[in-house]
Amino acid sequence: MHTRRAGRAALLIDCADGAEVEAWRAELWRRRERGELAAVEIVPGARTLLLDGLADPEETAGLVAGWAPPPPASTAPGPLRKIPVRYDGVDLAAVASEWRVPVREAVERIAGTELRVAFCGFAPGFAYLTGLPWPVRRLDTPRPRVPAGSVALAGEYAGIYPTASPGGWRLIGSTDALLFDIDRDPPALLAPGTRVRLVAA
Amino acid sequence: MIEVLSAGPLTTVQDLGRPGYAHLGVPRAGALDGPALRLANRLVGNPPDAAGLEVTAGGCVLRLVSAGTVALTGAHAPLSVNGRPVGLGLPVPVRAGAVVRVGRAVHGVRSYLAVGGGIAVEPVLGSRSTDTLSGLGPAPLRDGDALPVGVAGEPSTVDFVPWQPPPASLRLRITLGPRADWFTPEAVAALLGTAYTVSPVSNRVGARLSGAALTRAEAAELPSEGVVLGAIQVPASGQPLIFLADHPTTGGYPVIGVVDDVTPLAQAVPGTTVNFHGSQR
Repeated sequence: MHTRRAGRAALLIDCADGAEVEAWRAELWRRRERGELAAVEIVPGARTLLLDGLADPEETAGLVAGWAPPPPASTAPGPLRKIPVRYDGVDLAAVASEWRVPVREAVERIAGTELRVAFCGFAPGFAYLTGLPWPVRRLDTPRPRVPAGSVALAGEYAGIYPTASPGGWRLIGSTDALLFDIDRDPPALLAPGTRVRLVAA
Repeated sequence: MIEVLSAGPLTTVQDLGRPGYAHLGVPRAGALDGPALRLANRLVGNPPDAAGLEVTAGGCVLRLVSAGTVALTGAHAPLSVNGRPVGLGLPVPVRAGAVVRVGRAVHGVRSYLAVGGGIAVEPVLGSRSTDTLSGLGPAPLRDGDALPVGVAGEPSTVDFVPWQPPPASLRLRITLGPRADWFTPEAVAALLGTAYTVSPVSNRVGARLSGAALTRAEAAELPSEGVVLGAIQVPASGQPLIFLADHPTTGGYPVIGVVDDVTPLAQAVPGTTVNFHGSQR
């Protein structure tokens, strides 16, 4: 496993793919819980894990290198969340046409696939959901405003906008689920590792 | 209670931020000049993590409803109480109803006004900081706002705090990487060997610099990855952006290096010259 320095208090762990990121994320969260790793932040990315707030990154790199690679993520599944989605997005027809299937089949593909939160970013509670094997082209020009609760696809990911914001993802539907709530612990409905189904409402 | 008579261009409540939520996409936020906020808190007898006001360049005007103690640190800006000039970097007793005015900054960008007891707005995820990127925490101050104040401690008895104006040019130490290998050797040489200038469009999210463009050796799109405070991100323009407290938690542009200590950038006015050097020096 390859680690890179990210400043004087952080390390970036390179992973081969998203499954390895998820396996290491779960493993490192467990080890931190047990007091074997002191890190303020353990942040998964698409192909990396960031460990930030380390007292001595070199020492942590040595420690992590000595740990056996964790088993694939599929052996330790996270919690499952079913998100009710109205498949009424303005780009749904375009997505179906990009996939060369009828709209009904596009919806069945999305609703029928178990997704997983690969990582968060962009906005508090915005989860990058992985698992759809059919990539989708991003909009050439982002929309200035995408409403909160919009369910969207781009590249290899699905996502739900927690708040209204500009966005270049293809809108396929909408949900009333509260993605981020400061009075909830954890505040994000979809934390890394969570399994997700975008069920038809 | 504090009444906001004039909020100025940008005055926000800041403490030491909300670390620990980056994996959920929550920025750290917090005072850009952390040492200045800590000092202001110490002067008025607050714990170091109490919330104060970060006053940006243009000043602000407040009224203290109850008697208390204030202290102004960070950027040098004239401070007055009921029109009478008072000292900076000192605990200043203020009578009930008095008007506290922070003027336009003369040196630096961000002043910190601590009030005995701290600004006691409701914390969000453990912090009272305004996050200008995500909108978490209290909104930036507006004219007419009323801010609750906590229970005051004993002010410090210090009567002189040495202060140096921010320099016209900065030398910032960086650690190369994590993605220095995505850039040409010439780009790394330019970063370490040429001067950059702080651009006026800098804000709490990042300090934008202008100077020699940093060219990529690797043209591929970088899969999104976690980023740290001080990360020098290089977007398509090749002009570096140094992430400050309100930075996004993940990014899709390669980070050529990371600034060890971003505090001096909090006080760097547009036009300030920035030189980077590696940790070997």
